[in-house]
Amino acid sequence: MKFAVLQFPGSNCDQDCVHVLRSVFGYPTRLLWHKEYSVGDADAVIIPGGFSYGDYLRTGSIARFSPVMGAVKEFADNGGLVLGICNGFQILCEAGLLPGALIRNRSLQFRCEHVYLQVASHNSPFTGQIPEDKNLRIPIAHGEGNYFCDDETLQSLEDNDQVLFQYVDAEGDLTDHANPNGSRANIAGICNEKRNVGGMMPHPERASEAILGGDDGRLIFQSLITALKNQPTLA
Amino acid sequence: MPSDPAITPELVAEHNLTPEEYEGILELLGREPNYTELGIFSVMWSEHCSYKNTRALLKGFPTQSPRVLVAAGEENAGILDIGDDLAISFKIESHNHPSAVEPFQGAATGVGGIIRDIFTMGARPVCAINSLRFGELSNPDVRRLFRGVVSGIAHYGNCFGIPTVGGEVYFDKSYEGNPLVNAFALGVLRHDQIARGAAKGVGNPVFYVGPATGRDGLAGAAFASQDLTEESAEHQRGAVQVGDPFMEKLCMEACLELLATGAVAGIQDMGAAGLTCSTCETAARGGTGIEIDLAKVPQRSPDMTPYEILLSESQERMLIIIEQGREEEVKRIFDKWDLPWAEIGNVTGTGQMVVKNHGQMVVDLPASKLADDAPIYHREATEPKYLAAVRAFTLEGIDDLDDPTAALGKLLKWPTIASKNWVYRQYDHMVRANTMVNPGSDAAVIRIKADSIPGAGNSKDGNGDFPEKILALAVDCNATHVYLDPFEGAKAAVAECARNLACSGATPIGSTDNLNFGNPHNPELFWQLKESVRGLAEGCAAFDAPVTGGNVSLYNQNPEGAIDPTPTMAMVGLIEDAAHVTTQWFKDEGDAIILLGEPLDAEDALHGLGGSAFLQVLHDQKTGTPSRCNLETERTLGTTLLGLIQSGLVKGAHDCAEGGLAVALAECCFSELEGRNTPRFIGAEIDLSKLKSERLDALLFGETLGRIVITTSELDSVKAVERAKLMGVPARRIGTVGEVKGAALKIKSTTGEWSWEVARLHDLWWNSIDNAMA
Repeated sequence: MKFAVLQFPGSNCDQDCVHVLRSVFGYPTRLLWHKEYSVGDADAVIIPGGFSYGDYLRTGSIARFSPVMGAVKEFADNGGLVLGICNGFQILCEAGLLPGALIRNRSLQFRCEHVYLQVASHNSPFTGQIPEDKNLRIPIAHGEGNYFCDDETLQSLEDNDQVLFQYVDAEGDLTDHANPNGSRANIAGICNEKRNVGGMMPHPERASEAILGGDDGRLIFQSLITALKNQPTLA
Repeated sequence: MPSDPAITPELVAEHNLTPEEYEGILELLGREPNYTELGIFSVMWSEHCSYKNTRALLKGFPTQSPRVLVAAGEENAGILDIGDDLAISFKIESHNHPSAVEPFQGAATGVGGIIRDIFTMGARPVCAINSLRFGELSNPDVRRLFRGVVSGIAHYGNCFGIPTVGGEVYFDKSYEGNPLVNAFALGVLRHDQIARGAAKGVGNPVFYVGPATGRDGLAGAAFASQDLTEESAEHQRGAVQVGDPFMEKLCMEACLELLATGAVAGIQDMGAAGLTCSTCETAARGGTGIEIDLAKVPQRSPDMTPYEILLSESQERMLIIIEQGREEEVKRIFDKWDLPWAEIGNVTGTGQMVVKNHGQMVVDLPASKLADDAPIYHREATEPKYLAAVRAFTLEGIDDLDDPTAALGKLLKWPTIASKNWVYRQYDHMVRANTMVNPGSDAAVIRIKADSIPGAGNSKDGNGDFPEKILALAVDCNATHVYLDPFEGAKAAVAECARNLACSGATPIGSTDNLNFGNPHNPELFWQLKESVRGLAEGCAAFDAPVTGGNVSLYNQNPEGAIDPTPTMAMVGLIEDAAHVTTQWFKDEGDAIILLGEPLDAEDALHGLGGSAFLQVLHDQKTGTPSRCNLETERTLGTTLLGLIQSGLVKGAHDCAEGGLAVALAECCFSELEGRNTPRFIGAEIDLSKLKSERLDALLFGETLGRIVITTSELDSVKAVERAKLMGVPARRIGTVGEVKGAALKIKSTTGEWSWEVARLHDLWWNSIDNAMA
């Protein structure tokens, strides 16, 4: 099983994702440069956090035009698993691989803190191995993580069980107070209708080792790995 | 192009050079400098670049230890061995004046500058901390500066991808209009990856990499070396640079990649005084000369003069000297990262810094003399008059407290003591996935893993058997104490750093200082500087923490007068084992609370209240001789605590600083943060009735140095106390950790018994700055 982690100019969580997949889980993982036209032999693609191309125009808006995103789109269209984290989520929305958009936090400030997530759907390659009733404690670090979409899109996300994670408080209550950025319906992560492309604002790669104060993020990577193992082509 | 102005005494003065200095230039050159050369002298001989007023003093710093691989002053930053062929490079640097003029960009480029200093050494920057000073938050302009500085640091660090893992913020009227922004960065490398800022190899080509040169930041170094006035701030707005963290990130990755090829003969960032400083310093270090042609330098506007190009401080630019014949590698790597590059000249054997413009000679100066022969001043120092009043202060007329209930709340709410979550929640403090202790404990703690060094992240091999290291970082300076007693206060700043490291389980290995002071021509202000440097030097020697580099920022003042003397000290320590990482908060109900160190200094007539937060907040008095700093006692305290931690006895450790014992205990009850809006509260029952104290206020809020609160399990408590005593450290059980549910802090003394609801204390502490900024 092989992973590819995209590397845009300005990506800054690329090494962290490589570290977790390669050193914590032990899978071959390589960085995939933004000028590449193919994802090669990768079985899954991670789009990491950071500030791709400086994010000067609008987060993710330049990255979507990169050669590698053309390859990722093709890979996803063929059912390949793609997970976008933070800036990766923003890029997937800009690229149209996921619905909606991520706008500035309602505080108008960057926020870095551990948040609590409830798993809204276990029916995805990104959440399948998370125990029922288990809420996750994972850090966020973003200035533009406020998930926005129109009513119709929100309805279809809910109808199709596409919401993966929602911000809750430590007690597990889904309240406005528990919402760190103003996201609609406290949405922290979603997947596409085909369920092979996922995006989330929190950083599971920063919560995959006990030494960093928590390893709930491992469950997300473990879900991805299990899903890949169960893919017919890999079996 | 307009012709250069003639050199007149007025023009010399405008360049901040004294008539004597100009005489020195004439003598050095044997001729009159031209306009561009005058500009070069003005920046190279500014305090910022030359340390002309402080160089003599700085000689007193301890700079050597078996760990020192690159010592202070040799290069852009020092380098220390951390074992297993690994090393760290770190430094702190100020960006005070630019931040006063334009807080966002001023602070952002401060972060950018210090990061460049680190990767210039060949190290991968892995974390940042900072030390900030502002006026009082009741002033709307202070809030503007505070907001701007914090968002500037956040913008640059977050986008670059360096975690800002800790720091300190003080608020005091003396910084009104002249905030202090001291940024620290640390990088990691292998011993064989150390890069040098020397122009080696006659004939080697000189490359310019990074964005084009513009007019921004013209002569910023000279600006930073003048008194800051409203007029100068307005006039100098153009001296503030504009930062681009994205560009810097690319520039760093490209430089580290290029360094790995072995094609680099020398590398230097273009920081203060830009192209000028980098060319003449690399030539001076290499014992060579350098010749460049400005026509080849990428320029943002078509009509820039040689003077402007040479003195521009446009950001994110590097000067790289390449081994002859390997020019293609620069092209390949910088093209890959889509970064501009240009070959602008070559290394010569003449010892001269020669600058041409379209082949025409514009500058011809002796490089080493320019870089190293700046005048050195031994300024006059006179003990300031205010100190007589400080020393005469007694507690007569300060009524002791009957009931400390309200006082503790007021202290916790005081912005200098209050939680800085409003600040650090804006900083990405976890990127790079190394942060083991987040902001909010005594020291920040990070681990070093394979991808923390240059190159490793791109290699095919995994973490393998990489020898993981754990580092702790602290930055401290109680400038009120320094103002009231510069020598003792500076020693105390070092001791507090060391104490904070010990509380996190670390042994100090090195330090870096940032001297923020007023005008050195004022003998009283210079005395503060001199005494402070003496104190820092003694302190660093006592803790075997050599100074590996630092920065001097003078001329810090507002119309009311100079800032409090602020010799900020940052210290780095090593933690041997992940099991030794210790945090400040109380852990479990029933644990024993032990005070290490004497509760009060019997020889201190003010019982630790001199210069205390308590006197400032409750009595509106910023005076009195602060607590003495006994370095021997502090050192024993630190090594003893480390011994206890390494034996596995200690569950938590927190030092007593501003607000004294009571504030430290309260912080232990509420500073653990589990997640957003989720602090963990735990109570404590404290009995101080056996401690001898004439005054309750001194016992609870006095700032006697050398005290640490630790917790152990009930079972280990006697052992811990006995061991500490055996080492010569006073130790006594003062209480027991209480319940989580309905947590209360209860304190008993000979005169009474009081109780505080932990949740309420936390609210005052946690939300104070947020409320002030709302």
